[in-house]
Amino acid sequence: MTYIAKPKLHHKAIAVNALGFTHRDYEGRISTLCAGCGHDSISAALIQACFELSIEPHRVAKLSGIGCSSKTPDYFLGQSHGFNSVHGRMPSVLTGANLANRDLIYLGVSGDGDSASIGLGQFAHCLRRGVNMVYICENNGVYGLTKGQFSATADKGSRSKTAVNSDSPIDLVSMALVLGASFVARSFSGDKKQLVPLLKAAIAHRGSAILDVISPCIQFNNNPQSTKSYDYVRAHDEAVNAVDLIEPREEITVDYAPGTVEEVRQHDGSVIRLAKLHPDYDPHDRVAAISYLQERHRAGEIVTGLLYLDPEAKDLHDNLGTTAKAPLNQLGEKDLCPGSKTLEKINARYR
Amino acid sequence: MAPTDTSNPAYFHKVVDCQWACPAHTPVPEYIRLIAEGRYTDAYMINWRSNVFPGVLGRTCDRPCEPACRRGRVENEPVAICRLKRVAADNKDDVTARLPQPSPTKNGKRVALIGAGPASMTVARDLLPLGYTCVIYDQDPKAGGMMRTQIPRFRLPDRVLDEECGYILGLKPETRFGHKIESLKAVLDEGYDAVFVGSGAPRGRDLDIPGRTEAAEHIHIGIDWLSNVSFGHITAIGKRVIVLGGGNTAMDCCRTSRRLGGQEVHVVVRSGFEEMKASPWEKDDAMAEGIPIHNYLVPKAFRHEKGKLTGLTFEKVKAEYDDKGRRKLVPTGEPDVTFDCDDVLVAVGQENAFPWIERDLGLEFDRWDMPKVDPETFASTNPKVFFGGDAAFGPKNIIWAVAHGHAAAVSIHLLCSGKDVTKDRPAPHVNLTSQKMGIHEWSYDNDVSLDLRFKVPHAPHEVTLNNVNMEVELGYTRDLGYKEALRCLNCDVETVFEEGLCIECDACVDICPMDSITFTANGEEADLRTRLKAPANNTTQDLYVSDILKTRRVMVKDEDVCLHCGLCAERCPTGAWDMKKFYLETAQATSCSR
Repeated sequence: MTYIAKPKLHHKAIAVNALGFTHRDYEGRISTLCAGCGHDSISAALIQACFELSIEPHRVAKLSGIGCSSKTPDYFLGQSHGFNSVHGRMPSVLTGANLANRDLIYLGVSGDGDSASIGLGQFAHCLRRGVNMVYICENNGVYGLTKGQFSATADKGSRSKTAVNSDSPIDLVSMALVLGASFVARSFSGDKKQLVPLLKAAIAHRGSAILDVISPCIQFNNNPQSTKSYDYVRAHDEAVNAVDLIEPREEITVDYAPGTVEEVRQHDGSVIRLAKLHPDYDPHDRVAAISYLQERHRAGEIVTGLLYLDPEAKDLHDNLGTTAKAPLNQLGEKDLCPGSKTLEKINARYR
Repeated sequence: MAPTDTSNPAYFHKVVDCQWACPAHTPVPEYIRLIAEGRYTDAYMINWRSNVFPGVLGRTCDRPCEPACRRGRVENEPVAICRLKRVAADNKDDVTARLPQPSPTKNGKRVALIGAGPASMTVARDLLPLGYTCVIYDQDPKAGGMMRTQIPRFRLPDRVLDEECGYILGLKPETRFGHKIESLKAVLDEGYDAVFVGSGAPRGRDLDIPGRTEAAEHIHIGIDWLSNVSFGHITAIGKRVIVLGGGNTAMDCCRTSRRLGGQEVHVVVRSGFEEMKASPWEKDDAMAEGIPIHNYLVPKAFRHEKGKLTGLTFEKVKAEYDDKGRRKLVPTGEPDVTFDCDDVLVAVGQENAFPWIERDLGLEFDRWDMPKVDPETFASTNPKVFFGGDAAFGPKNIIWAVAHGHAAAVSIHLLCSGKDVTKDRPAPHVNLTSQKMGIHEWSYDNDVSLDLRFKVPHAPHEVTLNNVNMEVELGYTRDLGYKEALRCLNCDVETVFEEGLCIECDACVDICPMDSITFTANGEEADLRTRLKAPANNTTQDLYVSDILKTRRVMVKDEDVCLHCGLCAERCPTGAWDMKKFYLETAQATSCSR
């Protein structure tokens, strides 16, 4: 951490978005994480993504659990809503918030401990329900706040400074595919070129979007024998595609050779443009994606990119079909107190 | 781009914009930090070593440092560097014990210094401690040159000038004041080992238009008139005064007139207001004293009745630009304008004059009848004769004269030691030291102040306009000086990058408040500038480029608006970034003997 706040001064000629904001307007308080933490890069990528999408900060709710990763919502989008929940319980609090106000953009920020250990059940259920959210798992393979014990996502045989991990790893991406998530991606905190467009696409997606972001722990897990170190990830990163999000108001102009690029229209009218880096990879085939991930993992590779996308996905509200169309805080007195006759009718159904 | 060669002192020196822009290369951020610490005497001595007249310059400098100041590019206004210098001068303790002493032994070399202005006095200060015998000549009875004759007391009180000239006179030069030199040959014939000409640009330009001779009694040449006011020969002027000219001399003339009885004082300039040569703050000060400035008026004729000046007629002009962007003033065709007046002060420029230099001394003159002077050694074509200050390259400011003096003193010392004045010049003294004190602690205040520039308090007009000797500016108080000092960005605390340590985690990129750092593929400079995180359009500022990193990219830092807040180094997990203080002292004559 640093003692001083980041100076308010900024470059006079930096870009402004449609709202007249600079990316500096999307910052939060100064990070208290260790210098060089991958999580800070993810915060910076989120700032950039929200800036580029011209998102009004008050339309965003950031929710998190416990851990280094779950501290980060304090460090971006300082003018957005935030809720720091109980360890591993971010998904249920977020689900509740989403039921009460479906109009907000929900960023669920969690880590490998928060999601793959204490919160594994919550992780599973929010994805299978299709809660409209961006689930970001800042995955460093260790418990940084308790001095670097291996977490459940650490690879078998991966070494930290003091130990070797002997347990099998939980792969959150494979789990998410099995559980029915409609947007599944993996990225790396050290590759903002890939991460920022993925975040933008995830925000534009309606349904549960999960982003597993490998984020090296400088303090406890950045040694050469760790499979979550900067050097290891860079050396074994296999991106299947490159993503670009084209917003509804933008014109689509660039031409590509046929077969190399796929354009997928989203609910909100935006288009996800997928440039294929791996010719045979099909991001719409859930089953093939699962086996491909297993196969490459065995070969020691880390597959990144947009791994699965269902643009026609339904979200929790669609599935329930009984929830209010507007946020509860916008309901008028008539909707909230429909009168004694309506109450009679309801009561009659249970008699 | 090739990796930046930071072992060349010029690279980091250039990042310290103020010091780079200062002709004397005063270590500005260093003394500003000392002011913030309340170490006024130390701050003063850094100045004194470098620019010899801190108290004088803290009031009168043309401040080439301030337009260069990075703060001016970061927010609206630069740090008030000049007036902070005055804070050091105003609040220092007795410095006599810290000054060099007259040399107890003489080295047998004799140097004549012609003119006792800032250039000559600097040469004397640099040479006297080395044992030289310096003989200073001046036509006026006191030392100071144009600092005494042309700068009014209400901008520079006598006591300040006397004090700082006194430090040099305390080194015991021989003085021949009140003695006008009529022949350089005669001086050379006295057998001096070297002669330094620091005689200034003493001739004010005249205005040869109809009525000039008839109304001569009430038409005065600006610099001569100021000199006469300075020595008390002139104490009054008419009620209606017109000052011609747009330079700082014109500003001093009009403000002096206001104090000597001028009630309606007007400044009239040929060019546009924006193109006036006067420093912006001098124009502001004049206008604040109720002196209007009229532009685009070319003087046509002095009007007079029975040999008495009654007014001045002007032709109205406008600026037109040709294909090459050259400006021409052409008449608008509107009727002429006439200003009634009792006196006119002509301050339309000044020039060098060397009627006293014989043309057969091996000293060549160019086609403008100016001596040929080497811009680095300040030597003329006569190996024993050196020039400096306004005498060398025409009218400039005191700080240039001081810089010339230092360089000429080095040359004279090399010449008298039998060395080559060009090849044997000593290099500057340079130091680069880490400022790291702890994990996120630095030995400088890296928390950037958001304050805007503080105004220097002035004495009220009721007092200043009635007394030509009353100083207008009161100077910053210690408290204001402290706050202004904190506006300094500490540009001398350099961001130094060690590529071998970098793991490319992006922490510096993410934290940098000015988006100055980018990791990207290498390229030519023009191409790289288009690919950085923030626009890098200021090509006068360098790009700091690393060697190729592990990912085959390079680190590129645009130096332009870096706040030197050190956050890149604080957030760097491996110490690839460090904040190191760059300290550069230019070589002076004393450096040669080390």
